[in-house]
Amino acid sequence: MQEAGDLGWWGVAIAVIGGAFRVSTPYIFVSLGEVITEKSGRVNLGLEGILVMGAMSAFAVAVMTGSPWLGVLAAGIAGALLGAVHAAISNLPRVNDIAVGIALFIFGIGLAFFLGKPFTPVAGPILPHISLGAWSAFPQVRNALEINALFILGLVVAGLVYWGLKNTRWGLMLRVCGDSSDAALAMGLNVNYVRTVATMVGGFLAGIGGSFLSLYYPGGWNEGLSSGQGLMAIALVIFARWNPIYCVYASLLFGAATALGPALQTAGINENYYLYGAAPYFLTLALLIYSSSPDRLLAGAPAEVSISK
Amino acid sequence: MVTAIRSHFHSVAEAVLVSFGALAVTLIIFSAFVWLHGANPLEVLYALYQGGFATRTSLENTLTQAAPLMLTALCTAIPARAGLLVIGGEGALVIGALATVLIGVLLEGWPFLPGVIVMSLAGAVAGGLWIAAAGGLRQYRGVNETISTLLLNYIAIAVMNHLIDGPIRDFSRTLKTSSWSIPDSLRVGSLPGLDVHWGLVVGAVCCLVLWFVMRKTTFGFAVDVLGGNARAAQLAGFRINRLVLACCFIGGAGAGLAGAFEIMAVHGFANESLVVRLGYIGILVAFLARHNPLAIIGVAILLGAITASGGLLQRRFGLPDATTLVLQGILFMSVLASNAAYGRMSFLEMIRPAAVPEPVKSKEA
Repeated sequence: MQEAGDLGWWGVAIAVIGGAFRVSTPYIFVSLGEVITEKSGRVNLGLEGILVMGAMSAFAVAVMTGSPWLGVLAAGIAGALLGAVHAAISNLPRVNDIAVGIALFIFGIGLAFFLGKPFTPVAGPILPHISLGAWSAFPQVRNALEINALFILGLVVAGLVYWGLKNTRWGLMLRVCGDSSDAALAMGLNVNYVRTVATMVGGFLAGIGGSFLSLYYPGGWNEGLSSGQGLMAIALVIFARWNPIYCVYASLLFGAATALGPALQTAGINENYYLYGAAPYFLTLALLIYSSSPDRLLAGAPAEVSISK
Repeated sequence: MVTAIRSHFHSVAEAVLVSFGALAVTLIIFSAFVWLHGANPLEVLYALYQGGFATRTSLENTLTQAAPLMLTALCTAIPARAGLLVIGGEGALVIGALATVLIGVLLEGWPFLPGVIVMSLAGAVAGGLWIAAAGGLRQYRGVNETISTLLLNYIAIAVMNHLIDGPIRDFSRTLKTSSWSIPDSLRVGSLPGLDVHWGLVVGAVCCLVLWFVMRKTTFGFAVDVLGGNARAAQLAGFRINRLVLACCFIGGAGAGLAGAFEIMAVHGFANESLVVRLGYIGILVAFLARHNPLAIIGVAILLGAITASGGLLQRRFGLPDATTLVLQGILFMSVLASNAAYGRMSFLEMIRPAAVPEPVKSKEA
């Protein structure tokens, strides 16, 4: 409080910017995963469950092996497996993929809580970061400019997904399946197969997003680790118009909104703490209202995705 | 006429068969799951039965858990009949509970029945408006109702935390941050001869009434047409926006009423004990009941039993408290997957509904 007091409102601004870099990482991974899944014509609303399961798996494996990066890999694999479950059920006729997502949401959280019970009191390894703020005399600035390794990886993945969707054969197959399953059939594509792979890749990325929660910030494993980032990321994708690069910008915005409550609290402003804490949800809803339209498909929306209709 | 009656018999038989099949698959997967964790599956399944139904206490516990689930399930089931996927029961319950507290504290000295009715209405209307807002956003602004109701859940919980942390905080309760309490004279007690609160009866009656409304009235018919084919409803000249808003309001009112009874009959004040996934389990109840209000009553009791036996599983087998959550997740996924089985059981056509007398009558006619 006193330290932030030295910088006054600048302290809050710096904490929000630093928070944006820190907190945005899970949003980036989950939203990129959802972009891939939705581009194939499916919605996976269960990414919150995958996120929590990823956080738990990452922590458990990192504690057991001592290597945080093996934990990240384990989180991705756990996410891909849950994605496969979602895809397998959604591939069946007359099954609503949104409802399957809600089921996966409950199942993933349940599984993570069940398996993660023994790891709650344990301290674990954390992922490395790069300090870009050594030039500054203010500890707040140095703290804010500690860029974690997964954030940088997320930027790389965003670029890859953007390029891949546009320029590769796989990207084209994905987009065809998402825009018209009839056209995909005419091209001789196995739509369910493409969507299964897309949901598994999406799950893989969402799982990695979860690993950030337990291996970097806030760190450790407990049942309150996620506060709905997996769900907000889905709204974020709509706001970002299914564009991977916009997803990064939107994630930074959401990260900043999430960091607002804690930043104000460290500056000594405790009133309305819970309302500031809910800023990301208000922001998501406001952006949805702003960017939706009752009578036309959103620009960039895959036509087969039920959530954009 | 004959075919109509037979097809109704067959569709009921099919639904029952598919649902029990999904339940059986769930129990098999769940058994494998607990077996992998070193517990004897047969003993665990028996404990599920014991904790849910075997003794008078466990049955009372089950029914107490089932009461709010009947009402929160309506929050998904009624909009689903109009073709919406609403998952905001958790938030509507919290908002309903808050409204009940806010109105309840003003009713000091009121006679019992009017006081309880006013508080119930406050909860129901607040929850109804909460979900109707999401319906309105969908109809007039094109905002996806699944995502908006999910966000509204988080917003409702934040609003509750904000209110009980300051504006309506009762500072004499130090164990858990809690709101003011409603007057003791307006607390709802147990049913005569049963340690289950009146919310059970209210929930069951609501389900019955809504079953009748959905099945026998023009409103219910219009909603089913809309849910089946929105274009047809448009061509038939139905006022679609009104139907959607009405369904959302009714569903939200159900969840809000659940919140009202959680306050009036269980807690007496609002705090985080309200947020125990009653809304999310309600979604599962609605899907398992195939959005049929009559079936919700039975399914809610079944799911209530799972919750009620959670403590026994923890004590006897040392399984984590999340075990029931895993079971619910598996059940939900099996039920959704079982939708694929409809229309594939040709052997059902060979069964003649001998027990149904109507076909004979219609032959004569």
